[in-house]
Amino acid sequence: MEAFQVFLDTILTRQDLILKSTLEHLYLSFLAILIAVGISLPLGIYISKKRKVAEFYIGITAVLQTIPSLALFGFLVPVLGIGAVTALVALIIYALLPILRNTYTGITGVDEGIIEAGEGMGMTKRQILWKIQLPLSLPFMMAGIRTATVLTVGVATLATFVGAGGLGDVIWRGLQSWNNSLVLAGAIPVALMALLFDYILKLVEKKVTPKGINL
Amino acid sequence: MITFNNVTKTFEDGTKAVDNVSFTVNEGNLVTLIGPSGCGKTTTMKMINKLISITSGKITINGNDIAHEDDVELRRNIGYVIQRIGLLPHMTIEDNVALVPKLKGWKKSEYLKKVDDLLDMVGLEPNIYKKRYPLELSGGQQQRIGVIRALAGEPPIILMDEPFSALDPISREQLQDELKLLQKNIHKTIVFVTHDMDEALKIADEIVVMKEGGIEQIATPSQLLQHPANNFVESFIGEDRAKRAIVSGETRKANAIMQQLPSTLETSNMHVVTQDTAIQEVARVMLLKNTDTIIVTNSTGAPTGLIEKNQLLQELAGIKEEVQ
Repeated sequence: MEAFQVFLDTILTRQDLILKSTLEHLYLSFLAILIAVGISLPLGIYISKKRKVAEFYIGITAVLQTIPSLALFGFLVPVLGIGAVTALVALIIYALLPILRNTYTGITGVDEGIIEAGEGMGMTKRQILWKIQLPLSLPFMMAGIRTATVLTVGVATLATFVGAGGLGDVIWRGLQSWNNSLVLAGAIPVALMALLFDYILKLVEKKVTPKGINL
Repeated sequence: MITFNNVTKTFEDGTKAVDNVSFTVNEGNLVTLIGPSGCGKTTTMKMINKLISITSGKITINGNDIAHEDDVELRRNIGYVIQRIGLLPHMTIEDNVALVPKLKGWKKSEYLKKVDDLLDMVGLEPNIYKKRYPLELSGGQQQRIGVIRALAGEPPIILMDEPFSALDPISREQLQDELKLLQKNIHKTIVFVTHDMDEALKIADEIVVMKEGGIEQIATPSQLLQHPANNFVESFIGEDRAKRAIVSGETRKANAIMQQLPSTLETSNMHVVTQDTAIQEVARVMLLKNTDTIIVTNSTGAPTGLIEKNQLLQELAGIKEEVQ
């Protein structure tokens, strides 16, 4: 009970720091996902039409994903210096793979019979993309975005090491000062944020899933 | 009318899928392309709506070379039904059927009416089915939608690529019957690819038998059964079917199998049958009269030929001369 009281006190006394860090964290994660989507969706659509090069692009993002996150932040500092940009670049790199791979899988997974029927009926390539391939692969894309989002919210705690702020600041200060309450005050919002994003995106995913394919 | 003039298709890897093929599909006819897998029947069909390009030769529709037509425009005027059905699962039945009319820019009132009419035509109550999604329908119902979707844009030509082969036997029979009936009313020119001889014999006005990219025979179903052009066609029809065709007695009369009457033969005290007697009846007479040879007479009663017992047995058994 005493520990809980200490925790509450910590939140109260550090509320400015926690609030500021939460907003930074939100901003970093959100912007990173937005840019990653902006890169991965068009790229995924593009490589679904060039299957020979597809594995190459997906391979690159997979290799980037294997770099330990702490190391990646470290690598980027000499190149980009410290600050929000470095953090963003690292987060974007991490978010690329799930979105790219799911977009590619979603589009190439559309039943060939449906595409052939569309083509045979005289739909143009553009109509096939917009009226058949994209609607049918939307649930896959959303699943990729969800995975990337949860991942990004977690990894964004490392932004503190390149001076970009975020809830990692709170956690790091707690660790340095042997203050477990402060660590929790940083970690719990991260977890909540991940859960909240996941929940919201799950609703969106449900919403965009075409009615006819969920019977 | 669709005409193939010396059409050849060579794929990039060098395989000749279709080799110098020429034939004509007359307007309002249902022509089936049939043959074992890899014989080029599907390739031949897909060249009509340019899903596959021609290597050399020419295909014309009503005299116009399709090479000069816009792909998309051409396809909107040719109905297309495929084995995998290919309904768009995220669209309602109504939207699926109205797809081509919409692409062609019809008015809403026009295509909505068309959808209702077509659903009625295949016995699916429009008010129940048009707002449903494809996956809510059975396989047979889905392919009915597949067929009327191909009809919706009122194309004069329809291509069907093994449309019923993935269905259960009962649905398949039903859809074949419906297609036959439909064809009587709508008189479309239909090119129908199948590997199922029973299906081809049942629905076709004309059958094109293909093998290794070439055409072995073009004939009506009954011509094909009675006069297969060569051993391949014969074996593809199968002895079983040839036999059935004989048993069913289609024009298998005494005069069709009789031999020439030797001029020296004294016929006056031999048993006779008229030339229109079915061969089963000839066999019955032979058994009753206990004779090995019977004389066939024409309508005036004059002897015109004779039938021997062994020969008759071969005919009834569906075994040809080479067995002897």
